[in-house]
Amino acid sequence: MDITAISAKMRHTLCDVSSKTKTPHLGSCLSAIDILSVLYWKIMRIDPQQPNARDRDYFLLGKGHAASALYTTLAYRGFFDIDALYEHGQTNSRFEEHPGVNAPAGVEAVSGSLGHALSLATGMALSCKLQNMPNHFYVLMGDGELNEGTVWEAAMFAAGKQLDNLVAIVDFNKLQGTGESCQIMHLEPLEKKWAAFGWHTIRLDGHDTDALESALKEAKLISKPVCIVADTVKGKGISFMENDNNWHYRIPNSDEVIMAKKELGLQ
Amino acid sequence: MRNAFARVLTELAKVDESLLLYYADIGNRLFNPLKEFAAERTINAGIAEANMASMAAGSAMMGHKPFIYTITPFTTSRNFEQIKIDIAYQNQPVIIVGTGSGLSYANLGPTHHSFEDIALMRSLPNMNIVCPADAEELEILMPQLIALNKPCYFRIGKKNEPKVHQNQPDLQFGHAFRMEHGTQLVILSTGTIMPLAQALYRSLEARGISVELVSYHTVKPLDTDYLNAVSQRFKHIITLEEHNVNGGFGSAVLEHISALTYAPKIHRFGIPDHFIDQVHSCEDARKKAGLTVENIISQLVERDVL
Repeated sequence: MDITAISAKMRHTLCDVSSKTKTPHLGSCLSAIDILSVLYWKIMRIDPQQPNARDRDYFLLGKGHAASALYTTLAYRGFFDIDALYEHGQTNSRFEEHPGVNAPAGVEAVSGSLGHALSLATGMALSCKLQNMPNHFYVLMGDGELNEGTVWEAAMFAAGKQLDNLVAIVDFNKLQGTGESCQIMHLEPLEKKWAAFGWHTIRLDGHDTDALESALKEAKLISKPVCIVADTVKGKGISFMENDNNWHYRIPNSDEVIMAKKELGLQ
Repeated sequence: MRNAFARVLTELAKVDESLLLYYADIGNRLFNPLKEFAAERTINAGIAEANMASMAAGSAMMGHKPFIYTITPFTTSRNFEQIKIDIAYQNQPVIIVGTGSGLSYANLGPTHHSFEDIALMRSLPNMNIVCPADAEELEILMPQLIALNKPCYFRIGKKNEPKVHQNQPDLQFGHAFRMEHGTQLVILSTGTIMPLAQALYRSLEARGISVELVSYHTVKPLDTDYLNAVSQRFKHIITLEEHNVNGGFGSAVLEHISALTYAPKIHRFGIPDHFIDQVHSCEDARKKAGLTVENIISQLVERDVL
């Protein structure tokens, strides 16, 4: 299948859902979409027909505010109908603005408070190894999320236990909630930081799907936890959203959704 | 009590391979017997309690029944948000063990005291709270908590707590245990301050007052059936705990009783709402907190209970 075409469609759906359901965090979703596409179409052992299979791979979303990106990926991958995405954020919806316990199968953990997912996945990965289970765990974190100290607690622990079934991916879009990530805290050199914490690291363009696929395949062969630092663009794919941090919270109007669709080459 | 915890865990882990212990770099040789046959399930999480709580939730999601263990403030307040979201909201069967709770580590100062922990844990939906009074209560209740298979806070002492029951008590999770039957006053107590409750009981009995004494080992869910019944029988209820007088066990009792038609007066005794410092022993700290038989009796006299 054509990953690029899928990503374009998902980006348009994200804009449309945001506009129609009045839910924010579009910029954060758009930077992560190519990573999600490669994981769900090329890498992870998952079966939408058996979402709770014991031997499945797990994806945990650290940056829970990008929930819409996860829901959209799951819908396009066949876990549920794409139309269901328009329930996002509505009363009694399974698709809460941050994934909750009522989220549909395919969403593996609650999220919303930053800095939890890597710790959760570390415990999951350790328990699977102790029980000789084959699962792999993929955690997507934002660069702002790396401000949280628990990320580094988990990083040290996972490296100490040589958890080779654990992959962390940093969606390094350089912009967090209210400013430039590298000015708010000292993040760089980010891949060296993870290496110093005992992880195998790979730095790449987070919109280069070939590079992502090859790095994630390489990760399976490494005998310790792997961190992929993915350089991304916040708002990727829609020129008037790219690198404009207003789109962390802004919601597009219907004209902007039409403009986005054109830019994505969908009409 | 921590020795009893390690001993019981070791026994149970021999037959139940799903049991897993995360500890935050304390205990020294305490868990050596467990490590002898379950080294991989005896996991030093490092001095990183927030990560430990989330990891335990992750382990529970993969079929383990994890314990997390360290000194109470570090396993309850330091990592509170991880407990709230990953354990309580996700309803994962993690048993959070706070050792040396209350003023057990009195001489180590407010960093090592815990008299906010029950209030914190009580405010979390899905959370269960059990505070054994001595090693025997711990031994009886711990298997019941594992069988419960739900989020649980197990508030235990440190070491050498006095034995509180003469005969082996029939303790059931969620049910208050009546230690002494009385008709004029009732003392409800929980956890390691039980010996003070017993001393108070003896002192009141010596004054010719018929006193009922109850171990409320389970603070959440609160045994409201017993409270409903006791409210019909007594005009005054005394609660005693080694916790801030606000927000803990006494508050839970007060909250329930206040909604009853025939509401007796509640007299809550615990640690007053200030930090306790510059002390050299638990006894010293309890004295500073006003947790002595003499002070409690004098307050009861002031309130015209006696």
